[in-house]
Amino acid sequence: MSRFRKGGKKGGPGINTASLPDIVFMLLFFFMVATRMREVTLKVKITKPEATQAVKIAAEDRNKIINVYVGKPTKPSVHGTAVRLQLNDAIADIRDVGPFALEEIGKLPEMDQKRAFVSIKADEDISTGIITDIKEELREVDALKIQYGTRKTAVLD
Amino acid sequence: MARRRERKGIPEINSGSMADIAFLLLIFFLVTTTMDQETGLPRELPRKMDEETKPPPVKERNVLLVYVNRNNDLLVNNEYGDISTLKQRVKEFIPNKTNKDNLPEKDAPESFGEEPNDFVFQKSKGIVALQNDRLTSYSMYIQVQDVLTQAFNEMRNELALAKYGQSFAELEALSNKASTEDLQEEAETKVRAIQKAIPMAISEAEPVKY
Repeated sequence: MSRFRKGGKKGGPGINTASLPDIVFMLLFFFMVATRMREVTLKVKITKPEATQAVKIAAEDRNKIINVYVGKPTKPSVHGTAVRLQLNDAIADIRDVGPFALEEIGKLPEMDQKRAFVSIKADEDISTGIITDIKEELREVDALKIQYGTRKTAVLD
Repeated sequence: MARRRERKGIPEINSGSMADIAFLLLIFFLVTTTMDQETGLPRELPRKMDEETKPPPVKERNVLLVYVNRNNDLLVNNEYGDISTLKQRVKEFIPNKTNKDNLPEKDAPESFGEEPNDFVFQKSKGIVALQNDRLTSYSMYIQVQDVLTQAFNEMRNELALAKYGQSFAELEALSNKASTEDLQEEAETKVRAIQKAIPMAISEAEPVKY
């Protein structure tokens, strides 16, 4: 027994972890710079479709985006299995889209209101019916600038 | 030095837990942030019409009707179409280079842009009308939108290359960020001229009830 213990104690010197904080801080700063805060917790599953011609929104225009998320709920036991849409943090009805868009546009500073647009972020596996309904609701309240949220790719397969 | 410190007995701060703190922060940022880029296809919806007002009449030859049905098949001007040939179709349709009767009319030649970077161009009256079924898959719909955008972007590129010797994409990049302000402004006016000469004429047609 004692022989074993002796052997264990003798093992090589411990790795110097003095620079570990530096490494971790470096990673931390990278993530702080390269990412931005999540605005909402998604209650629907969204894999955005791919598009080659997608345009990137400039950083100064990000506050003018009004998000409408469309997809199948991640918790079918609560929200069912049918395609639903999410406004802010809550699952909502198609009828709510128009008032929601107006309200969100109203919250923006006046100079930004004209340039505000609705970004429809929908899952690629849904059918376009619900998208058409959303567009009709938006036309109803004269929120005509929209954007289909897509991922940007170099080539489509 | 060392002796003095020893004597005074200033204790060193133990930085052993620094890594733990940093890890904690790191994990917080990993969880609460997203790397998702905001990219998408911008579109303008048509204004809602009153029941009485009729939409402005559009000549049949000026419209390229693209219909996507529930099986994701394409119908281009009432003929079966294919996504791989759609771009070419649009690029032939809109400019109507050979002045055919069944392709869109063109405006009288007019000047676009500002001196000295102006050019004379015949703007096409053609528009692409996209119609879809309620059961068309969204990915197909976006794919068609993407191809149509691509067609217009390529036409703009070609025009910009012919008139300015730079592609439209290059001009757009310049208009966002150039070495001098003058250059940026010049690029901006060029971009606007091209956009005016070839507008992104994709109409999100009124939904059709079946």
